[in-house]
Amino acid sequence: MTEKKKITPDKNPMPAQDPVERAGNFHEVALGYSEEAAVAEANRCLQCKKEPCRQGCPVEVDIPAFIKLVARRDFKGAIKKLKEKNALPAVCGRVCPQENQCEKYCTLGRKYEPVAIGRIERYCADWELANGALPQETSSPNGKKVAIVGSGPAGLTCAADLAKMGYQVTIFEALHIPGGVLMYGIPEFRLPKAVVQAEVQSLKKLGVDIQVNAVVGKFATVDELMGEYGFDAVFIGAGAGLPHFMRIPGENACGVYSANEFLTRTNLMKAYLFPDYDTPLRIGRKVAVLGGGNVAMDAARTALRLGAEESWIVYRRSKNELPARHEEVEHAEEEGVRFKFLTSPTRILYNDAYWVTGMECLQYELGEPDESGRRSPVPIKGSEFTIDVDTVVVAIGQGPNPLVPRTTKGLACNRRGNITADLETGATSLPGIFAGGDVVTGAATVILAMGAGRTAARAIDNYLTGK
Amino acid sequence: MYKVLKKEILAPSIKLFEIEAPLVARKAMAGQFIILRIQDQGERIPLTIADFDREKGAITCVFQEVGKTTRELGTLDEGDCVQDFVGPLGVPSDIDNYGRVVCVGGGVGVAPVYPIARAMKEAGNEVIGIMGARTAELVFWEDKMRAACSELRVTTDDGSYVRKGFVTDVLQEVIQEKGDIALCVAIGPPPMMRAVANLTRKYNLKTVVSLNSLMVDGTGMCGCCRVTVGGETKFTCVDGPEFDGHLVDFDELARRAVIYKPQERTALDLYNEKGGHKCQCGCGGE
Repeated sequence: MTEKKKITPDKNPMPAQDPVERAGNFHEVALGYSEEAAVAEANRCLQCKKEPCRQGCPVEVDIPAFIKLVARRDFKGAIKKLKEKNALPAVCGRVCPQENQCEKYCTLGRKYEPVAIGRIERYCADWELANGALPQETSSPNGKKVAIVGSGPAGLTCAADLAKMGYQVTIFEALHIPGGVLMYGIPEFRLPKAVVQAEVQSLKKLGVDIQVNAVVGKFATVDELMGEYGFDAVFIGAGAGLPHFMRIPGENACGVYSANEFLTRTNLMKAYLFPDYDTPLRIGRKVAVLGGGNVAMDAARTALRLGAEESWIVYRRSKNELPARHEEVEHAEEEGVRFKFLTSPTRILYNDAYWVTGMECLQYELGEPDESGRRSPVPIKGSEFTIDVDTVVVAIGQGPNPLVPRTTKGLACNRRGNITADLETGATSLPGIFAGGDVVTGAATVILAMGAGRTAARAIDNYLTGK
Repeated sequence: MYKVLKKEILAPSIKLFEIEAPLVARKAMAGQFIILRIQDQGERIPLTIADFDREKGAITCVFQEVGKTTRELGTLDEGDCVQDFVGPLGVPSDIDNYGRVVCVGGGVGVAPVYPIARAMKEAGNEVIGIMGARTAELVFWEDKMRAACSELRVTTDDGSYVRKGFVTDVLQEVIQEKGDIALCVAIGPPPMMRAVANLTRKYNLKTVVSLNSLMVDGTGMCGCCRVTVGGETKFTCVDGPEFDGHLVDFDELARRAVIYKPQERTALDLYNEKGGHKCQCGCGGE
């Protein structure tokens, strides 16, 4: 540290759309820092010697360095520094749970609010989007080919790293547009799709070839990619695409959606713009979203924007145990999402036409902590009651998509169907086949998947160069 | 982009497209389906594969114009492209030498049953084909089916061609005549498949049906296509599209098929208003 400066105790506030207004539109909620706010926030950084923030970043961004450049208004330098380690800064600046990562370790955070690292990161990424992408440095081609299965955060990161090292990278994406969960799952109001596509474009500039409409396991198996397609290694980042249902009576009634379907129709297929876009979505008056994670918050907030009069989160534990980010819960509350805690449905009620008319639920109380450390919910006998809803969204989690594991002989998986991979390298039971992200860990965060993509890229390089 | 190599009008509102998709054609098998999206604002619709040409790198689909998307698809000409085309999806038909197999195609279902009949015959089965249509002008692919089957019987609901009767009437006759039948494959409108399943249940004749559920991604990601089979929830896209006809909950299937009826109506009306309806069948957009 060079000079003593006066530190403001709180983060520079993030301007946001008014809650009432935004609950009626799909525009981005958080509006981003102005240049002044970004520089002021960067100046809150102590530039401390220990740099504890760096240990909290799964993709190893040199956080103090890029913040220092922002403080000097060298935004070009800052984004360059960020992109050395992070291929998707505009995405991470928006959806990373920084409070559990970099900002959790910030020295300033011991006394005051930590530096708003995520918001500064977003400012830099948006600065680049507004001012034209900078050229990126790559190594000369090394003649080796790597296939990436899936274009979500894990695949995109792995592809970017390998392309920079000189590999010829092809991404195979099952859907018609790259981005994976960034496109189909996370709503427009949290992560504008144009931002995701800008990041994808920047990947294409690195020379990465992206094949959409290509379902690995169908048009070609992983073995065939390694054989007749001539790839030297394959990275599987196929995500957690298999929706879990409650397995309760009435769950196939009309008006019951998996969160995946509800969000895919809205985000990927733009059902909120029907009939300008062809994909429909039927939203009722009263929507119940089952679950308490970020996906549940996304679904409940989406339901309001689609015109639901009431949008309820129905969660079997209490508010303290909600796995969603605090900020997401807060945003949902501000917008008018309501919560029914310690409640879980036992069956879904429907009419003669098979449409949802309500949900029979049980009241729960909290018992002893379970293996996750959270107090486990225990049903209260005889506490059945009915909630009047006409749409139910099941957001209790996703499993790994089985298409790739099912069609790859000898690929070891655990009992849940997740691909077994060494977390240090991403190596699977098959030589040359690596895996990472949700398909290995089960549904987690964007940044953890990116970290796994990075790890695997390094391991693939080691594998192919015989290190 | 995926080019339309060939377009044929098989019957009023029933069209055939051969679409260039070499990677799909390489792997396509009887019983599988594809998903296509015409343009950027379009929806993804599943169509069962009616034929494939590996050398030419082409997939043949036959569809009936019912809603906005199929109408719009019908306006494309040879040389035009669809934006997205993905496959082959779903599990292929279980082709084996069973002995004697009956392949029933109703309406536009004749198209997807054709490659199954052909594969069954190639596998050594005696294949008895039954194809039915509402009326004479809706009959198509009789010649192809005749070539694919060991024996073909044709019927029309109104008796305007060959004979009067439903496919179930013909099936009943075949069962009584031949007795020993190992497998029945039936593809057509859900009420037809249900009627076939109800009939064959009496004879304990194993029956496979191919479901055309609503879908979004077609890769097991959304669960839109879920259907109850033997008391268990299955996804048509990855567990099917073929299931044991005796175990399918056809009531549920029928109700889930009309979830978006009002929206489909809106989309179609809007499309027709904008002058999108260009078919020359004289249906006036209905």
